[in-house]
Amino acid sequence: MQPFTRLSAVAAPIDLPNIDTDRIIPARFLRKPKDGSGYASFLFHDVRFNADGSEKTEFVLNRAPYRGAKILVTAENFGCGSSREMAVWALDAWGIRAVIAPSLGDIFRQNCVKNGLLPVVLPGESVATLRRQLHERPGATIALNLETQKVTGPDGVGYRFEIDPFRKQMLLTGQDEIALTLGYEVAIAAFERRQRVEMPWLTAGRE
Amino acid sequence: MSRGPSASTVVYFRPGGGALSTPRTMFEKIWSRHVVAEGPGGHVLLYVDRHLLHEGSTSAFERLAKAGRRVRRPDLAIATADHYVLTSGAVATDPEILGMVESLGRHTAVQGIVHFGPSDARRGIVHVIGPEQGLTLPGITLVCGDSHTATHGAFGALAFGIGSTEVEHVMTTQTLWQKKPRVMRVTVEGRLGLGVTAKDVILAVIAKVGAAGGVGHAIEYAGSTIRAMSMDERMTVCNMSIEAGARAGMVAPDETTFAYLEGRPFAPKGDAWARALASWKTAPSDPGAGFDRDVHLAASEIAPTVTWGTSPQDALPITGRVPDPAAAEGARRESMVRALAYMGLTAGARLTDVKVDRVFIGSCTNSRLEDLRAAARVVKGRHAVVPAWVVPGSGLVKRAAEAEGLDRVFVAAGFEWREAGCSMCVGMNGETAGETERVASTSNRNFEGRQGKGARTHLMSPAMAAAAAVTGRLTDVRTLVS
Repeated sequence: MQPFTRLSAVAAPIDLPNIDTDRIIPARFLRKPKDGSGYASFLFHDVRFNADGSEKTEFVLNRAPYRGAKILVTAENFGCGSSREMAVWALDAWGIRAVIAPSLGDIFRQNCVKNGLLPVVLPGESVATLRRQLHERPGATIALNLETQKVTGPDGVGYRFEIDPFRKQMLLTGQDEIALTLGYEVAIAAFERRQRVEMPWLTAGRE
Repeated sequence: MSRGPSASTVVYFRPGGGALSTPRTMFEKIWSRHVVAEGPGGHVLLYVDRHLLHEGSTSAFERLAKAGRRVRRPDLAIATADHYVLTSGAVATDPEILGMVESLGRHTAVQGIVHFGPSDARRGIVHVIGPEQGLTLPGITLVCGDSHTATHGAFGALAFGIGSTEVEHVMTTQTLWQKKPRVMRVTVEGRLGLGVTAKDVILAVIAKVGAAGGVGHAIEYAGSTIRAMSMDERMTVCNMSIEAGARAGMVAPDETTFAYLEGRPFAPKGDAWARALASWKTAPSDPGAGFDRDVHLAASEIAPTVTWGTSPQDALPITGRVPDPAAAEGARRESMVRALAYMGLTAGARLTDVKVDRVFIGSCTNSRLEDLRAAARVVKGRHAVVPAWVVPGSGLVKRAAEAEGLDRVFVAAGFEWREAGCSMCVGMNGETAGETERVASTSNRNFEGRQGKGARTHLMSPAMAAAAAVTGRLTDVRTLVS
């Protein structure tokens, strides 16, 4: 997994709350191979492109200052709905490395971490301030430092964000989680032995 | 009726510990019993008792194979084809859609996982067949690469949806690294009125809590209204927990739960059943257990409900009118303006004046036998005036419905009686509604484009969808039944 340490990049504001993962990547693209060409074009596809394939000029990522954005600053509950990890894959393919929001869909947030994208949750007022600054100065940058858990806005004001130590460590190191867990084999096997005694019915019905 | 010991006499013991402890929630009991190891920052390695798979699990299987690994516990997994199977009964001609279905069959065969493939009568929506087969049990942890996995919490299980990377992690290790969520109790008290169903209850809950209100929480549904519900109804409620932001929703197991499970193919039998039952009776939250948040609703205040917007929280009683964005402020107003434009609705219009183009009865929310019965009761003796589909949740639901003659009621009324699958709830199999087509749907999401690019979804109960089918507009089902 790609590690995340620090990033200073153009940030794009998304003001609508409750942007669901169906909107981030419509269902008809979920069967497309991740490593196939054009995965980035699936991102926000139906709000980003017209029927003839041309870009909708009003969509934020189609506007010149935001084309190189690597950070999204969104409203409440971004990434809600479907568990489709392809939403994160599409963001990643397009170049987004971090999402700052007042709240994020739980599964989406987890999926971000699994792919080396940094989910940052800050108080609503702080996020609103950041979005306002991004509107006022299109193309402005935001700096993220995971080690110090700090967001620095376009105006230089810093905000500390919380992230639990496990997720932080995984992101900083880019550690392969499965490899990590395989190191717990003894504990897992011991749990299974205990489970067979305590809850024998879990396998009793299986032929 | 609670089967637990009375509050006045009970002494609480932790399994294996023996120390007197504080009252615990059902969630806490299941969680603590499944901790394999403690990680940093409140993360634990949580054991997974059941892993449900569908065609969406294909990419995880591919990565597993590429890494040269095998599924650690194929005996704890089960697979079914639901998202990509055509419910017309035909075989997909789109090579990518067919490829998803075939790939699941191939990978499960290699890994030795039970798979209900396209021709298996037991095949169906993963959240319908888990309970139907008796795989979903009280007190267990259950995961699936699908956000509606909360459905299984209706049995007093801790069940939640996961992403593709986590699916691969469970395949390989039978565990997941998880941070403990907070627990919210949603209590619904009283008797539901005529025409008011479990779907109306959960839509009312979501409207009250908000689409983000449950983020970071597991929900326990409690109260006399929930206790009085059948398993089919409890599954409808738990199913949409994610629409309130909560990954998990749960109902304490009771006699209703046990009666449903006894004799199911994969449920424990004989001595194992007796032991399981004794354990399950200790599963409910202890009296006095503390919740991080409590929400209360009165059943008497819940009416047949429909959504008007593009978030499941945009729900109102059918007697209401399309809300006016001018009455809201800031981002909420902007959001409402956009939703009304997408939905093609005018503020102030009566909901019962909204015409529909199509009706979809199905999905993991509302495709079980009781749902089909409720729809058939409204349909009987009437005729659909718009295209209307009934997509049973499983092959066995379909068979049971046919044994009762429900198929004949629907077909006589001009409905299409289809094969089991997810179908138009999500349209992954290509079964979608057209641009600007307005759908009265028993599914779970009214997101933009959910049922097809540009399609407009109104969520409602099976009875309400049936009413919309026979009138051609959003309809208060209470005007059609007595």
